[in-house]
Amino acid sequence: MANLPLPVVNQELFDSVAKWFCEIPHSSSIGLRYVSGERGLATMMLDYKPELIGNPKTGVVHGGVITSLIDTTSGLSVFSWLESPEAIATLDLRIDYLRSATPGLPIYCRAECYRFGRQIAFTRATAYQDDGKDPIAYSVGTFMRDSSKATIK
Amino acid sequence: MELIETLLAGKEQGCTNYAAVIEQIPYARQLGVEMHEENGELLFVLPFKEANVGNPILPALHGGVIGGFLENSALLHLMWARESLEVPKTIDFSIDYLRSGKAQTLYAQCEITKQGKRVANVMMTAWQDDKAKPIAVARAHFLLTQDNA
Repeated sequence: MANLPLPVVNQELFDSVAKWFCEIPHSSSIGLRYVSGERGLATMMLDYKPELIGNPKTGVVHGGVITSLIDTTSGLSVFSWLESPEAIATLDLRIDYLRSATPGLPIYCRAECYRFGRQIAFTRATAYQDDGKDPIAYSVGTFMRDSSKATIK
Repeated sequence: MELIETLLAGKEQGCTNYAAVIEQIPYARQLGVEMHEENGELLFVLPFKEANVGNPILPALHGGVIGGFLENSALLHLMWARESLEVPKTIDFSIDYLRSGKAQTLYAQCEITKQGKRVANVMMTAWQDDKAKPIAVARAHFLLTQDNA
């Protein structure tokens, strides 16, 4: 029996981080929104906006926008394990672009922190549109825990 | 004129500032990307702006901004170097964050490690004060022909 859900470890912390992640300048400039969270998992989304286009000929969203969405959602999935506030930093992120995003549709990202170590957290994420079976990108990342004195909230 | 034609016409004319190219990419325009050519080399510049902040406490640039800036740089670099009318497609993009991006101008340069018939490999470096101290390095593969994606 896999994927039986549990709540995030510290709901109050997670909720405030999720809200904060949507309010930070770059997130609000691309219109990032929080969807849901549970232990080890986070989902966020972006609505289609003309400002986010990377290829003017096709209207396809820029890869950099997907990078922001995946980076932020992956980071949030790490926070679903945290008991108390700490800063984390992305060490590396790899994104495989499986297909071009369909113009006009929102883009979702579901990220999983599948290994939450003492120092390093490991994540994987999928970006998709209306059909989760046909993802647009797949990603793996690593995050450094306790990366700075400046903790979040 | 379409993006790639604007880019190649600029190269032909010995353009030093490719603002007309950036103007055609909405997301690059939103980030505030600049593209310059000097002595046959491309330099990508991202002047600091508040909307690109990811951590207002430090403050630091958003990791996604650094990634998006680099991916955009690699694509433009590849189109500029190849002089082909085909727009490459990103297959994969992998970034290592080495230092936090400070609230100041970010620079990037790219290098085509290998260009095959169908796939190109591009390395990217992003720095702020000192090119020898990069804040991020990245590599990506691009598909050059659109037929068998």
